[in-house]
Amino acid sequence: MNVIQAPPPRADARPGRPAAATLGLVDVDIHPRAHSHADFKPWLSERWWRYAQEYGPRARHGFTGGQPPFPKAQPLACRRDAWPPGGGTPASDLGFLRSHHLDAHGIDIGVLNPLQPSGQGDRNNGFSAALCHAVNEWQLETWLRPEPRLRGSVVVPYEDAAASAAEIRQRAGDPNFCQVLMMSRTAEPAGNPRYWPIYEAAAEAGLPVAFHAFGYSGWAMTNTGWPSFYIEEVSEHATSCQNQVTSLVVEGVFERLPTLKVVLIECGFAWLPSVAWRLDRHWRHLKGEVPHLRRAPSEYIRDHIWVSTQPMEEPEVGRHLRDVMGWIGWDRILFATDYPHWDFDDPRAAVPGTLPEEVRRDIYGGNARRVYGF
Amino acid sequence: MSQAAVPAAKRRYVVAAVGEIPPGGRKLVEVAGRKVVVFNLGGEFFALGDRCPHQGGSLAAGCLTGEVSSPGPGEYRYARRGEMIRCPWHYWEFDIRTGQSRFDPGRVRTRRYDTRVEPGAALQDGPYRAETFAVHVESDYVVVDA
Repeated sequence: MNVIQAPPPRADARPGRPAAATLGLVDVDIHPRAHSHADFKPWLSERWWRYAQEYGPRARHGFTGGQPPFPKAQPLACRRDAWPPGGGTPASDLGFLRSHHLDAHGIDIGVLNPLQPSGQGDRNNGFSAALCHAVNEWQLETWLRPEPRLRGSVVVPYEDAAASAAEIRQRAGDPNFCQVLMMSRTAEPAGNPRYWPIYEAAAEAGLPVAFHAFGYSGWAMTNTGWPSFYIEEVSEHATSCQNQVTSLVVEGVFERLPTLKVVLIECGFAWLPSVAWRLDRHWRHLKGEVPHLRRAPSEYIRDHIWVSTQPMEEPEVGRHLRDVMGWIGWDRILFATDYPHWDFDDPRAAVPGTLPEEVRRDIYGGNARRVYGF
Repeated sequence: MSQAAVPAAKRRYVVAAVGEIPPGGRKLVEVAGRKVVVFNLGGEFFALGDRCPHQGGSLAAGCLTGEVSSPGPGEYRYARRGEMIRCPWHYWEFDIRTGQSRFDPGRVRTRRYDTRVEPGAALQDGPYRAETFAVHVESDYVVVDA
């Protein structure tokens, strides 16, 4: 057998890497895509494979057939230039993901967040657990073992906390996985005790829990029902995370699990200080209702919540964004691209050059290294 | 058009034979060290800077669309089919004729280059650059000023 030594990558082979990424470039939001359910077949029992064929996924949303309820801006919500030249859908081909994204931007570590069809939130808990398990095995086999720059998320059937905890415990200690993945719209608010076994298992395994925008829980995405436009759906991701943060804090999840880390992905973050300020104000009056909270809500938020950049709010006055980031904490902000989706952020352009270089350095890599232990 | 109309600092670049870019087609070229995308709108040629001013997506990889306008909620008009280019990344749209953005034409734009068709015979002499292909006297060519 001939062993061919690959030449070291040339500096100009990664033209998209920002110069400030001196602590590495970590992308916490990449979405790998399966070609079809058949990709998961090797890890599904005969029973669940047959079920997938005969019944298929059942989202809690009616009338959508398991598909997102709003048409996306671009086909499959993807960058037009992310379709692999060899065929297949965006981010379904490791070779093209390498060249188009990891190599082009010089990404040192990329975190995979598999979305539908992942089994998450399915009405059939047994199928949800089986498919999530298969998706985790698929991540290992298709992406994580062949490509050391990638890390996986433990996809859990979060409406079944016991099954989720079992899946997390099975992955604990495997350095291929760096977090537990949930969606921002669950069937009940995320702080509800029914979900606690997930957080307990994650804290025990030392894995942060990420809430990624979306999740088809059956509830409308606004407090007044279904909106008309996709622009409303994407803007309401922020409010979906507001509910989850409020619930996690007020139910006492962080009081119970002082080591739990929560990462909010693709939900923006400029709203976070105002949610905290409002909670703090009401907490002063209503402490007696939630005596299990021993600190102001904002303190739990600052200690336990991390946010990601894409999509970052873009106020007209740059100082306003800096004020918000400063409140959240410069060490709490993680860089994300959302590749291959159409609202992708280019690392060279997404983080304002007006931020001090050491701040940009931490956002690009340092903060993610600390929260995930990379 | 006479050569006097071109400011001295500009040069003319022969970027394509006319038949190479059919109506509705486009070609990505390099002009004066910059990527430029040349469009054919029903026989007229236009050239825009390829780099989206937002985050740098390549407009040449975008899709053509029209101008959707609305005098008020509930009323819509679709006009100028194929005369807008939409960035493949974030959907920013630019008017191919002017380079102006759809959402803020006064302030956000991509550079527009003057473009014309010249017969090959006229390109045999004069300050033209055609480094990548041969110019034949009997054909017509797209020329970009930059």
